[in-house]
Amino acid sequence: MIPLYVSVATRAFRRYSTYTAATLSGLFTNCVFGCIICFVYLALWDQRPNAGGYDASDAVTYVWLGQAMLMTVMVWGGGVTNDLAERIRSGDVAIDLYRPVPLIGWYVAQDVGRAGFHLLTRGLGPTIVGALLFDVRFPSGPVAWLGFAVAVVLALLVSFAVRFLVASTSFWLLDASGPNAVAFLMAAFFSGLTVPLVIFPGWSRDVVMALPWASYIQVPADIWLGKREGWDLLAGLGFGVLWAVVLFAACHLVLRRATRKVVVQGG
Amino acid sequence: MRLIEVQELRRTFTVGRFRAKREVVAVRDVSFAIEAGEMVGYIGPNGAGKSTTIKMLTGILVPSGGRLEVAGLDPSRQRTDLARRIGVVFGQRTTLWWDLPLRDSFAVLQRIYRTSPRRHEQNLAEYVELLDLGDLLDTPVRQLSLGQRMRGDIVAALLHDPEILFLDEPTIGLDVISKGRLREFLRTLNATRGTTLMLTTHDLQDIEALCDRVIVIDHGTAVFDGALADLHREGGSTRTLVVDLVDEAPPISVPGATTRKVDGPRQWLSFPTDASAAPIVAAVAAAYDVADLSIQEPDIEDVIRELYSR
Repeated sequence: MIPLYVSVATRAFRRYSTYTAATLSGLFTNCVFGCIICFVYLALWDQRPNAGGYDASDAVTYVWLGQAMLMTVMVWGGGVTNDLAERIRSGDVAIDLYRPVPLIGWYVAQDVGRAGFHLLTRGLGPTIVGALLFDVRFPSGPVAWLGFAVAVVLALLVSFAVRFLVASTSFWLLDASGPNAVAFLMAAFFSGLTVPLVIFPGWSRDVVMALPWASYIQVPADIWLGKREGWDLLAGLGFGVLWAVVLFAACHLVLRRATRKVVVQGG
Repeated sequence: MRLIEVQELRRTFTVGRFRAKREVVAVRDVSFAIEAGEMVGYIGPNGAGKSTTIKMLTGILVPSGGRLEVAGLDPSRQRTDLARRIGVVFGQRTTLWWDLPLRDSFAVLQRIYRTSPRRHEQNLAEYVELLDLGDLLDTPVRQLSLGQRMRGDIVAALLHDPEILFLDEPTIGLDVISKGRLREFLRTLNATRGTTLMLTTHDLQDIEALCDRVIVIDHGTAVFDGALADLHREGGSTRTLVVDLVDEAPPISVPGATTRKVDGPRQWLSFPTDASAAPIVAAVAAAYDVADLSIQEPDIEDVIRELYSR
């Protein structure tokens, strides 16, 4: 199975790499937004230094990490699961089901390939630009680097599972744009892309930190910034593993129900 | 050897919701068996239940009732095992990667089906040659014409040496030359490799060129199962000779044909499908001043309609 998934991931990487203009314009947008949010955060941290345990340098680093993760983890939704939703709507999902390959694995492999491409372009690009323009921090040692890398992989898996579940609603609703909009709002807010989850007040912070979206940006960023070390780091990764397992189990259940109960569209 | 066995296959769908909920029968107690090496046309009007049957045969739709066995497997329970032994081609869908060259899609397929690299290369070389795709292997699929893409999809369905090939409207939207080439290829495939073919189509010529046997389905029920010639006989279908005379004339009378309609200088003559048009054309041309002639083949839909209305 591994050679197949590698082969699928490579093709997905190549597929996304064919649209150079889209990649470059997206990269440019990331950088512009990164700068704007940085200025907003700097003004905020000027008023409240040490908000959420972050100093100003942590805050700008967080901004650029957010921009870098945005496409890599597909925080807002989309990516290969949009293809899935469209294929369910048109009935082309039949083709996916005819293959002697588990549907979820097929799409995970594609999403990993896509994420690889986006990490190298939309991830690395803003990080470099951010580092040149602002006082951005880097992980303090190999443990933090490694922890961050694992956290990003987990973020991708959790995000994939959420997006897969959203796309699966098409089996019943035929059009995933409603669930997409809800998922977009939830992710935009609870991933910490708008404001870091650490500055949420009191109990609301405990709640958002327990939701799956916390694994998208907040946990990897805390590892990067050295806020999570030792057991804390492991707990952060464990949190991602837990959500990934729960959500993937949900994906399997939903897919099984869908393929046994639901009509494949079109003649 | 029986490759496909279907007994009283049934599929119902629930449509609507709440109080408007009702049950629609898409396939109603259909039974047939297909032997290895057969080429079978599965035909019927839109909505007759063709695709629903194919979806059940390939395992992506669970039957509501009846028994079903393909290559000794239960399709919906052993979908993955079955997928390795069958090929499926949809005229209106593609399995190829849209943004990538054809070559890439084929390479992924080798991994999917775990075909040995040698076998894969052999098959690829042979099919690419037969379907004349050599120059297109490095072209992104989105730049291919419909006919080229279709040929690509057929190669994709065959690289893993399937025993059965299901084709759902394989010639839809293709021009005459592409259709001819495709039929030629499928005939060769069946003759040289013994691949069993089951195809749905609206094109009577597909059936004439390929299928020894036809199963007609209408409103979910198999209304005919047998040789094509018998279908025409049972359906009472006829070919039509359209004659444009130089001047208006009373209804033409030649042996072997009956004049069905007269409209000014144009007349419609029908004659049996198994008869040759040549003697009739010759007789008409000998006796009348003809400006133009054309022959209309019977429409499969008409044949079925007639079959069903009786």
